Amino acid sequence: MLLRYRGSEGMVAWAFHRISGIAIWSFVMLHVLDIYLAGGNPSVYNEILKFYASTPGRILEVLLGAALLYHALNGVRILLMDFWPRLTLYHKQIWYVNWAIFIGLGLPAAFIIMRPALGL
Amino acid sequence: MAIYSRSGRPRPQSGGFELFAWYYMRLSGVALFVMALTHFSLQHFLFDPSQETSQWIFDQRWNSIFWRSFDWLLLMMVVSHAFLGVRTVTMDYLKGGKRTLALTALYMVGIVIFVMGTSVVLSVQFPGGA
Repeated sequence: MLLRYRGSEGMVAWAFHRISGIAIWSFVMLHVLDIYLAGGNPSVYNEILKFYASTPGRILEVLLGAALLYHALNGVRILLMDFWPRLTLYHKQIWYVNWAIFIGLGLPAAFIIMRPALGL
Repeated sequence: MAIYSRSGRPRPQSGGFELFAWYYMRLSGVALFVMALTHFSLQHFLFDPSQETSQWIFDQRWNSIFWRSFDWLLLMMVVSHAFLGVRTVTMDYLKGGKRTLALTALYMVGIVIFVMGTSVVLSVQFPGGA
């Protein structure tokens, strides 16, 4: 879809919004299952937790955080344009501001999540 | 006003459930912006997964009416927002019998996640006896 259609920022923003939304929903389903186990079978949950705290687990958590932050920021972009239609004229600028915020908040966040795995 | 949008979905002109869903996605989105990012920050920046054992959850994290209610409300928001979102995506790509099948599966998963999440929030005792 992304490769075939030479869309501009709006198209990519839309596709990423769907992909990140579905990724977050997949994690929420897993997360409810693991918390259900935390109540029902703590030893199994604690085993799952070891994966969450491992290096591959942390890499996935960085990706989850990225999906969440992207979806949240682009959601604000959608709201701005839906409720103040004149801002639609600046949809590309808002998209680039979003990426600036994404990188500004995301890099330190990724560092905090990965720190134990890096031995820091 | 022109009915077009460069971002999401144009506001449905039909009214009824589709219009409700359109507003609901946006309002729950605002709530989730605050609640989901707070929850993620709490679990990953303030605390670390390596300490979040089931004992920690029930003795510390959920030994508070406020945080337990917060997490349950977050779950309700996320389930309803994701349900309507996946419904929109499903209806964009599937038609006829496949659509009915996929939407039925989505309903079932939504109900199961709602019941499992709610039961764990309600059934675990407060160690403090609250």
